[in-house]
Amino acid sequence: MAENQNTVCFRTLHLDAKVRHTLESYRSVGGYVQWERILREKPDPDQLIDELKTSALRGRGGAGFPTGLKWSFMPRTKPGQKYIVCNSDEGEPGTCKDRDIMRYNPHQLIEGMAIAGYCIGATVGYNYIRGEFYEPTARFDGALEEAYAAGLIGKNLFGSGIDFDLYTHLGAGAYICGEETALLESLEGKKGQPRFKPPFPAQAGLYGMPTTINNTETLASVPVILEKSGKWFLEQGKPNNGGPKLFSVTGQVERPCNLEIPLGTPFKDVLEMAGGVSGGRALKAVIPGGSSVPVVPGDVMMRTDMDYDSIAKAGSMLGSGAVIIIAEGTCMVKVLANLAHFYAHESCGQCTPCREGTGWLARVLDRILAGNGRPQDLDLLDNVAGRIGGRTICALGDAAAMPVQSFLKHYRSEFEHLIEHGRSLVEAA
Amino acid sequence: MSDDKITLEIDGRVCTAAPGEMIIAVADREGIVIPRFCYHEKLSIAANCRMCLVEAEQGGRPFPKPIPACATPVGEGMKVLTRSKKALDAQRGTMEFLLINHPLDCPICDQGGECELQDVSMGYGEDVSRFSERKRVVKDEDLGPLIATEMTRCIHCTRCVRFGAEVAGLRELGATGRGEDMRIGTFVGQSMAHELSGNIIDLCPVGALTSKPYRFTARAWELTSDEGIAPHDGVGSNLQLHIRGGQVMRVHPRDNEAVNECWISDRDRFSYEGLNSPERLKAPMLKRDGEWQEVDWQEALHAAVDLLKAPGPDQLGVLVSPSATLEEQFLLQRLVRALGSDHIDTRLRQLDFSAAAADPRLPWLGVPIAELEQQQAALLIGSDIRQEQPLLAHRLRKAALSGATIALLNPYEVDLNHRSIQLRSAPQALDRDLRALLKLLGRPPVAGPIAEPDERHQRIADALTRAGQAGKGLVLLGALAENAPVYGLVRALAAEVAAAAGCQLGCLAPAANSVGSWCAGSLPHRLPGGAAPARPGLDARAMLTDPRQGYLLWGLEPDRDLADPILAMSALRAAKQVVACTAFRSPALDAVADVLLPISAFAETAGTFVNTEARWQRFQGAVPPPGDSRPGWKVLRVLGTMMELPGFAQNSAREVHDELASQCRDLTPDNQLRGSMPATDLSSATPQGAELFRLGNVPIYATDPLVRRASALQRTPLAEQLAVSLHPEDAAALGLADGQLARVVQVATNGECIEVNAPVVIDDRIAVGCARIPAGVEGSGELGPIMGPVQISKAGD
Amino acid sequence: MSFRNTPLAVIHDVDKETLLTPELRAEIDKHVAKYPPEWKQSAVMPALTLVQDHNGGWLSRELMDQVAAYLDMPETAVYEVATFYAMYDLEPVGRHKVCVCNSVSCMLGGAEELMHHIEKKYNVAPGGTTADGKLTFKEFECLGACRHAPAVMVDKAYHECVTPEAIDKIIDDLD
Repeated sequence: MAENQNTVCFRTLHLDAKVRHTLESYRSVGGYVQWERILREKPDPDQLIDELKTSALRGRGGAGFPTGLKWSFMPRTKPGQKYIVCNSDEGEPGTCKDRDIMRYNPHQLIEGMAIAGYCIGATVGYNYIRGEFYEPTARFDGALEEAYAAGLIGKNLFGSGIDFDLYTHLGAGAYICGEETALLESLEGKKGQPRFKPPFPAQAGLYGMPTTINNTETLASVPVILEKSGKWFLEQGKPNNGGPKLFSVTGQVERPCNLEIPLGTPFKDVLEMAGGVSGGRALKAVIPGGSSVPVVPGDVMMRTDMDYDSIAKAGSMLGSGAVIIIAEGTCMVKVLANLAHFYAHESCGQCTPCREGTGWLARVLDRILAGNGRPQDLDLLDNVAGRIGGRTICALGDAAAMPVQSFLKHYRSEFEHLIEHGRSLVEAA
Repeated sequence: MSDDKITLEIDGRVCTAAPGEMIIAVADREGIVIPRFCYHEKLSIAANCRMCLVEAEQGGRPFPKPIPACATPVGEGMKVLTRSKKALDAQRGTMEFLLINHPLDCPICDQGGECELQDVSMGYGEDVSRFSERKRVVKDEDLGPLIATEMTRCIHCTRCVRFGAEVAGLRELGATGRGEDMRIGTFVGQSMAHELSGNIIDLCPVGALTSKPYRFTARAWELTSDEGIAPHDGVGSNLQLHIRGGQVMRVHPRDNEAVNECWISDRDRFSYEGLNSPERLKAPMLKRDGEWQEVDWQEALHAAVDLLKAPGPDQLGVLVSPSATLEEQFLLQRLVRALGSDHIDTRLRQLDFSAAAADPRLPWLGVPIAELEQQQAALLIGSDIRQEQPLLAHRLRKAALSGATIALLNPYEVDLNHRSIQLRSAPQALDRDLRALLKLLGRPPVAGPIAEPDERHQRIADALTRAGQAGKGLVLLGALAENAPVYGLVRALAAEVAAAAGCQLGCLAPAANSVGSWCAGSLPHRLPGGAAPARPGLDARAMLTDPRQGYLLWGLEPDRDLADPILAMSALRAAKQVVACTAFRSPALDAVADVLLPISAFAETAGTFVNTEARWQRFQGAVPPPGDSRPGWKVLRVLGTMMELPGFAQNSAREVHDELASQCRDLTPDNQLRGSMPATDLSSATPQGAELFRLGNVPIYATDPLVRRASALQRTPLAEQLAVSLHPEDAAALGLADGQLARVVQVATNGECIEVNAPVVIDDRIAVGCARIPAGVEGSGELGPIMGPVQISKAGD
Repeated sequence: MSFRNTPLAVIHDVDKETLLTPELRAEIDKHVAKYPPEWKQSAVMPALTLVQDHNGGWLSRELMDQVAAYLDMPETAVYEVATFYAMYDLEPVGRHKVCVCNSVSCMLGGAEELMHHIEKKYNVAPGGTTADGKLTFKEFECLGACRHAPAVMVDKAYHECVTPEAIDKIIDDLD
């Protein structure tokens, strides 16, 4: 069985819980060595970006876009302000990893952001943290103070002529701000409504200036990749699926947990590490990458490895690495209704299909749950979801549609039973 | 290369486009219809309605999803399908979503019959609704007297929100809440206070925002449509008049990029209400022994002929509204000149004619209207531009947003919706700042007092110089300058500033046909075609300071439209013969006139307006004048004929127009001043001792008899009442507090002393030493000169 | 000239020294300093949060208007922000906010029972405030603490793996 490695983002986790988030602790595991080397040697940013490309690090927020490639889109030499923005608006149901990075290893995120800034030519960074994260924010701000005091960030660092200022920006409760352009809007003091692309943030992002937005875990992985080499990182995982990754294993498992394990670890091992399905029940289904991705039946998951490509083959997505375990005996109509309400509640309201469609889906599902379903409702749900997905500015429309379509695909009989009999197929137990 | 053309295919048709153009813009040009709700060519792209989704491929690779035609730039070799199965399915999907929460109240909806949602749903909607949940209901907000709301119908296209932020520069409407709870509104329920607010009625694709005055008065399909030209400012906005049963039911803009783009001001949109005022004069009237009697035209015309002939050649003065049509003005000057004098004028609110000899040949804006937005710097002298010329203010705002420096020199700081540099000086001291600018521009000093140049003067001088070098600088004179007692001097200095900075000089025409007067010769020193008469006649002010025995008043109210109401009323009262041709009765006219001839108002006559860029715009009568009233030009033709004067035999307005047009063939716009710097005597205009200086602005909805009777406009926050606005310093010195009643004492030019009470408004935007007391509003007719010394004290003291 | 990519600066005719309190202004200024000078509006969210905390957990229209004036923003733009984000309350609230996460992991972990418990025991529906004004009960979307389901945020503190008994204890301990 695979073991929890904690070699990258969680490399301070084994230290004394009282002090593991401090600068001193971070230094004890090799922290800031890479940043100091960069300040001293001023390597060609392209070299660093190449190292990232070698590592096959992919965006850990959910979309899985290759990080090195993303950074290479930045017009680094173009004059004018550029920005690096960290997306710590963790809110995808099932995902609780970035919170722990900020609580247990905040300096590594700071170092990762500083290095990213150097690579893309950004002298200012913002860490957008969701508003509910009071404690992680306090930790991060504390680390920021330490880093400023130690001269690790700020102006003309160690006389290198390199500037890097980093600020936190707190959200106030909107899932959509995890979408990168909505996050930028929010940073600009507006509602978090995603922007239409093009232009992409690398051309016109925050305040209209070139901007790169990366997830917390992605940025926190960078110092270790530079320390141990891109090749090392890649070899931790599988080709095109480099590195270890954080997985949040939640739902109906014995020991919900965050794991930092190699990409490509078999799902069955992951389940075992989390103590198996809770109450000794059988595995019914898994949502393998956060609530937005298609649900996968348990038996299929048991044959699948946890990496981007394998999960895609199983008909879903690795997403943010949030593995939601659903045990036998759980009513899938109820689970889907919960998801549908989430997306209806979090739709920003901008695009017609999402604004009108997500509420429609939720209401139909409520009606079915209440025993007032009609046989044609299932085709309606599927069709309405199809009319939302792929028709909106951002991916929230897809995120709302995919669960509906996949739940109906795999668990249609449960829905039919509820409609026909007015009560759940599984809830008798 | 950026000027390269891109070739693409839309629905199989090969089209060319500029790089960066959006698919929808190319399709529109090609006449290929793509349904849309949020897209509007004058607004930023939102891409939120998702109605314009189309299928496309680029370089042989299809886009994985349908793409919004409004937000997707064209690419070389792109193939777009707007009606493929995939595209139509996407469009139908959006349509269904838009309709699920839209009420089925089309039969009682004002937008019914001209609703974009209704139209598009005919093409893309499905017969049977699959939506069986409860529909959304949204609470309405009261946006004031102009705009009715029915927000349950809103489809959240955000056009109105973007209009507010981007065009109006006033972000009152917003989209609050999120998801399906998103609401368009002000959130706090307030009246829209903006001179262009009515445009959101046109922008709204559904019946969520409709015209309140028009509401429930007609159905779209009952209306016929006629073209018109707006009668209130120098723009001459192109209008679409919607008519039923011989009545103008509402007014919409008619697109003309060069003039009004697709907008109109609220004044142009809602003033039609004045046409149905109970004060309309519908039959000729004759005063007999002090009593007014309705008479027939025959009798009235005979009386008028006698009255006009009685004073003798030099004793008849003709005062004409600057909104009178070109044809009316042309025939009026012919009439007065045939009777032997040149005493005719349309510059009714002007006080200072001392520099008339220097008047340019055809004063105009200095550049075409559309070029205002390309200026890099503009200095506005004496102009409350948003009140005077709402759409020119909009053009200048566009310039400002693209980086132009907009500077203003005014007696009070005006309310603008963009960045500007504002200098503030009392009306009689505007020249001081201009001398300061001239000094900074390196001109030899012009005799007279000079302001101490500060950093703002420097920035203005620098900006004008830079803009002048690029050929994109403008110095504009507005109504507050034109009505100032030092207009001649200010204009001369403005011309010097323009010349020194290499900028154009421009004049903002205060009324719809002010420029037309210079063409028609309805001025004491201009003949038709712009030539000067042998000896100029009396100007509008001289006709009153040196009273005539008889007057002909055309389309004006003497207590509201003239520079010095007390002087005017006293001269008119004393006159032996007063003929008033008017569309409206008013107590002042009743008091002074001997005969009232009912003439057509806006939309009721054929005619021509020459706008501020000297563009001649002809229009036809769209509705018949009410009752026995007649088109003005016809009344004049009959009068001329009855008096056996030559040149009144025209059979149509067109003939009158053509005759004048042929005389104006060589008349081109020209702002060049003749002669040298005038030596204006300022002593009479300078306040003595404890006096303040009255600064009379003409509020936006007080400019002319028609708009003053437009009831909805008069209920808006922009409609000003008579009040005395004072700088806090002056108010403190006078012991006056906000809201207190002040006594206003003014001495008219003829020595008459008048006293009026009005509430005090404390406003630190007013220049120290000034009292802003509006003209043209109810109660202002009891006052003296629009600008001049005034005594203010606590009422009752 | 879209309002989407330029700041919405408008000038309010008001003396900024009269707005909010000196302490709040100083706190807001610290946030303003993080952003480019022309982008004061970036500080609107932290400003609203500070003002809300200072005002007993909710934002009045008057306070939103003051924030707008202080940051040179149109009032509407502030209303848009305040109504968009779930953590702002625009009506008076109880002395404490109890926010129960009911997203999928917490639901699978027993959030619904917990919510029913609160609803019954304290006689308050989600979105409501108890009669004694002690607490406002809110159903929240994912709090990002899924591995300790069900998660509850009480004011600014997270409580994890919360059982009905545990929530009673937490609520009892509140003043």
